Amino acid sequence: MKKVMVGNHAVSWGVKLARAEVIAAYPITPQTQIVEELAEMTADGRLAARFIKVESEHSAMAACIGAAATGVRAFTATSSQGLLLMHELLHWAGLGRLPIVMADINRAVAPGWSIWTDQNDTLAQRDTGWVQLYCETNQEVLDTTVQGFKLAETVDLPVMIVLDAFFLSHTSEPVDVPDQAEVDAFLPRREARLKLDVHDPHAFGALTTPAVYMELRLRQQEAFDRAREAFAAVDREWAERFGRGYGALESYRTEDAEIVLVTSGTITSTTRHVVNERRARGERIGLVKVKMFRPFPTGPLRDALSHVPAVAVLDRNISPGHGGIFAEEIRAALYDLPPGRRPRIDGYVVGLGGRDVTPAVIEDCLERTRRSQAEAAAAAANGGAEREIAREDIWVGVKP
Amino acid sequence: MSQHLIKDLIPREELLDSGHLACPGCGAALAMRMVLKGLGENTIVALPACCWSIIAGPWPQSSLHVPLYHTAFETGASVASGIKAALVARGDTETTVMAWAGDGGTFDIGLQALSGAAERNEDFIYCCYDNEAYMNTGIQRSSATPWGAWTTTTPAAHPEAHPKKDILSILAAHGIPYAATATIAHPDDLIAKIRKAKGIRGTRFIHILAPCPPGWKAGDDETIALARMAVKARVFPLLEVEAGQRWRITLDPPREPVGPYLRKQGRFRHLSDADIAQIQELVDRRWETLERRVRDGG
Repeated sequence: MKKVMVGNHAVSWGVKLARAEVIAAYPITPQTQIVEELAEMTADGRLAARFIKVESEHSAMAACIGAAATGVRAFTATSSQGLLLMHELLHWAGLGRLPIVMADINRAVAPGWSIWTDQNDTLAQRDTGWVQLYCETNQEVLDTTVQGFKLAETVDLPVMIVLDAFFLSHTSEPVDVPDQAEVDAFLPRREARLKLDVHDPHAFGALTTPAVYMELRLRQQEAFDRAREAFAAVDREWAERFGRGYGALESYRTEDAEIVLVTSGTITSTTRHVVNERRARGERIGLVKVKMFRPFPTGPLRDALSHVPAVAVLDRNISPGHGGIFAEEIRAALYDLPPGRRPRIDGYVVGLGGRDVTPAVIEDCLERTRRSQAEAAAAAANGGAEREIAREDIWVGVKP
Repeated sequence: MSQHLIKDLIPREELLDSGHLACPGCGAALAMRMVLKGLGENTIVALPACCWSIIAGPWPQSSLHVPLYHTAFETGASVASGIKAALVARGDTETTVMAWAGDGGTFDIGLQALSGAAERNEDFIYCCYDNEAYMNTGIQRSSATPWGAWTTTTPAAHPEAHPKKDILSILAAHGIPYAATATIAHPDDLIAKIRKAKGIRGTRFIHILAPCPPGWKAGDDETIALARMAVKARVFPLLEVEAGQRWRITLDPPREPVGPYLRKQGRFRHLSDADIAQIQELVDRRWETLERRVRDGG
């Protein structure tokens, strides 16, 4: 069944199809439509879930933790300040190995107040032990939401579904809504291996001494290692059943590319447009879309980028005092490739606080990388030293 | 009450093992022991950071015979909300969910989540065992610390300058079906209240005075005597409030002055006679308010 819906409602429909059993949420722009729709669905009986209307995002995550620890499928959604308020409990859900699914609408962080998109809210949660999956379209949002529950319950890790404020959250697109029975076959009811159970009482989260804490962390790390393959399997099965798959990353027209643009979120769609135009003019430009940020798709990125002379990473985020976060992580992932296979990696900081990333902005990034690549090639031809990587990411589309 | 009746009232079943990690004479350990006797084994405990995070035992041990979820300081009520919702989602409406928090986790950092849950009338029992300071971190003042008390953050030269927060009135003002005070020195009263609470649906709040020998600077054989004296001195009246309206004093022993109760504790050693007179005045005023509420409701 095809429906036209905004990205927020694509999340709601994914949660409904996944038959979430406990939802706890607090309103925040631009997420609120997700839980409004879920409130309607639970009120009129289309979704048999308990909906806890908590007094803060902190309590939303705490209630999801209690529910997931009791063995049911739990969901919440938030954005920006709400996600930041949850930070302590994101660690709790992560190290507690609770398969909660949460949607976060990427919204810039205050002050000054902003409701518009950038990725600093979710990337600030990088080390909390959550899988992070960034989406480009509303169809991908719905599909990833359902997939997220299966992935979470396969590896006992919480999963964050991430989408851009307004560019996806409030933008209508046609979405194919899978049949409930087929989704039920894909995602049966959660059966927790361990849970709060009066017939089998255990204590969870007790004092963990230096003699055992590292092993607790190691098990978590191993789960993230398994999550790479688990996501690939979930995505494969989804593709077999529903005809759509996404991959941890997607290479788009990268064959023989001289420059590859790396993106995440809705910037990807605009970049596809730029790539298509350049290809039509015979330019060898490609695109890699990064969907999975944690676990980091190191292997696929090395495969996708190791043959490329130059890479331009577009970051809708900033780690103050360092640079764009995707660019830094990609540089680290590719650093130990042999010099001949290691691409030049330019980082561009764009679109913060919801500033439009237009084709002109992307082309500006592209041209800068083309110039720096040409200069490096000329230097090498003149017997210059090994190419240097860029030291600082460049802010594009910003007033002086 | 005769010995015979108390023996009949208190179940022999122990859901707390003797190998727990409480200090000698700990009121909080006794409180848990008595409360679980009242609730029985069909209980799940949400336990935010407090002395009991240690008392329950390190991984992989547990001193309790009921399931226990250790959680963050301010989340007793919100995690309990989630546990209850999950049980109901799977058709279990019988298991009791209990949040078990100290005074810091209740009066201070957990108050927002508790107020939210109480306003929603979440179906759980919230027990606050009150030792009147942050004892697990080494005796720092909380908003449950009484006026004049020494703690490490209210040294004797500048002791606690504010009266204890009236948490029972705050909870009662939410209109929850049941709120009560109890102490570890009155196990019959405590267990009767727990059983009554267990039979009610919605948010039930039990505030339990649990003296702390190291924090109160008292002997570890004086815990029960101190809790009994607190009730007699009307520092900690034994109450229950139904629907936020019907206030009742459940036990009203002959009144005693506050002096002997305070003088028994090293945390009040620095107080002058004038200070003690001031505390007496505060206690008397609160008692008058209480009597008015019992008489007039609300």
